[in-house]
Amino acid sequence: MGSSAYISLENVVFSRSGRRIFDGISLDIPRGKVTAIMGPSGTGKTTLLKLIGGQLRPDSGSIRVDGHEVPRLKRTALYALRQKMGMLFQSGALFTDLSVFENVAFPIRVHTNLPEDMIRDIVLMKLEAVGLRGARDLMPSELSGGMTRRVALARSIALDPELIMYDEPFTGQDPIAMGVLVKLIRDLNSSMGLTSVLVSHDVTESLSICHFACIIADGKVIGQGTPEELRAHESERVQQFLQGQPDGPVPFHYPAEDATTDFGLGGKV
Amino acid sequence: MLDHVRALGRTGIDVVVSFGRSGQFLFGVLRGVPKPAVGFPLLVRQIYSVGVLSLAIVVVSGLFIGMVLGLQGYTILSDYGSESAIGQMIALTLVRELGPVVTALLFAGRAGSALTAEIGLMKATEQLSSMEMMGVDPLRRVISPRLWAGFYTMPVLALIFSVVGIWGGMLVGVEWLGVYDGSFWGNMQSSVEFVDDVLNGVIKSVVFGFVCAWIAVYQGYDCVPTSAGISSATTKTVVYSSLAVLGLDFVLTAVMFGNF
Ligand SMILES: Nc1ncnc2c1ncn2[C@@H]1O[C@H](COP(=O)(O)OP(=O)(O)O)[C@@H](O)[C@H]1O
Ligand SMILES: [Mg+2]
Repeated sequence: MGSSAYISLENVVFSRSGRRIFDGISLDIPRGKVTAIMGPSGTGKTTLLKLIGGQLRPDSGSIRVDGHEVPRLKRTALYALRQKMGMLFQSGALFTDLSVFENVAFPIRVHTNLPEDMIRDIVLMKLEAVGLRGARDLMPSELSGGMTRRVALARSIALDPELIMYDEPFTGQDPIAMGVLVKLIRDLNSSMGLTSVLVSHDVTESLSICHFACIIADGKVIGQGTPEELRAHESERVQQFLQGQPDGPVPFHYPAEDATTDFGLGGKV
Repeated sequence: MLDHVRALGRTGIDVVVSFGRSGQFLFGVLRGVPKPAVGFPLLVRQIYSVGVLSLAIVVVSGLFIGMVLGLQGYTILSDYGSESAIGQMIALTLVRELGPVVTALLFAGRAGSALTAEIGLMKATEQLSSMEMMGVDPLRRVISPRLWAGFYTMPVLALIFSVVGIWGGMLVGVEWLGVYDGSFWGNMQSSVEFVDDVLNGVIKSVVFGFVCAWIAVYQGYDCVPTSAGISSATTKTVVYSSLAVLGLDFVLTAVMFGNF
């Protein structure tokens, strides 16, 4: 990747509640491409996005976004950098007291001084892009899960960011909504030249739209490359994950003490 | 035994840590003053939902407490033939104590719990996180207007409570039990001092308003973002606010009226 990396992580170590979630992870995310980060649930994919967005600070290591060392940024600089980032949260995270229109208008109102008619045009354009221009007057409680996520997507691209991060965009979507989202993610990337980071445990969908993918497990990158390279990867763990085998080198179980002692079958007390 | 000592120590540390965290949180909120053009409408909205919507319960409670004071005061004072002092008794009790304290307790139950639940739910549904990711500081945007709304509305609510209470006492004492209204109002006017009584009462309610709002927004912001976490944070808001109000009331009363 080298100079074309938009985000680059080096030796990032991060622990939470005494559990080490990242153990020296290094990763480059190329500019203007769709990068998928895959891994089993609970490996820290959401955590990784929060580290990139500066909502969490690593214990050590470097996280650079567009040349800025995120953990070292002062508050104001961090907030300015975030205006170049969009993030689509797993739940959508729409503001429940605002209508769809006002949700999408929110970042524009906060960060610009545009006149009302211009804000209206931008909002309708963004809603049009996700196919929900007609839903502008609905409240978030009146939307289905798939619509919620599309409104949230419109909101995260309202300020034309350079980077957009999707947290599990496919989870809980019906096949049609899924197809719509896949197309949206790809279109946004190609039409706006966005750098896109997609976090998912959904192998088929992710590999079908990304230019570059990486698999994390146990706090490390276990394999990365283009989708073709990954499919041909010789590592057993990568193959286990891609083919969705329940157990193998990547354990299915959360670390626990030995089952026989835990269930009280150990004989000796 | 050692386990108990250890548990005690742990609890002690937890308490100190949460005091420290809430102080840090308060500092963060007070430091971030939003631009007036943005902040003012937000503040007005919160004053509406925290203050105006609490009016009904404050007015009704004030009325009944004033009427009860009228009845009780009349019963006690008429034994000494001094039922004409009833106006003075009702006014002083309300303005000095019951106005600020009962209003604060009602505020904690009505507005504080709602603030905690609202902020907690915003946290659980990642609204606060997404605001942060949009480059908007939730401390300024969400927390600060709610804290200031509590601070501004409490004294006003407490004064309304006292006024309605005095009117309720008048209804019972003068209209019903037949105390001469000239002595009812006259005694009141000659004994209630603006600085010593009214102003001290206002100072109390300013302090209570600040503390209740602080506890409510902190509990919401710091809650465990699950349904169980939100419900326990809401309970804590009501319990801690009530205890803090009663404890602080004793301290403030001792300072204000304790120079015997
Ligand atoms: N607020 C938190 N406090 C403590 N541990 C957490 C918290 N959030 C997540 N974790 C832990 O961090 C790990 C990674 O979580 P997450 O990034 O949400 O995983 P993923 O998104 O890959 O499913 C999980 O094992 C989880 O238990
Ligand atoms: Mg996740």
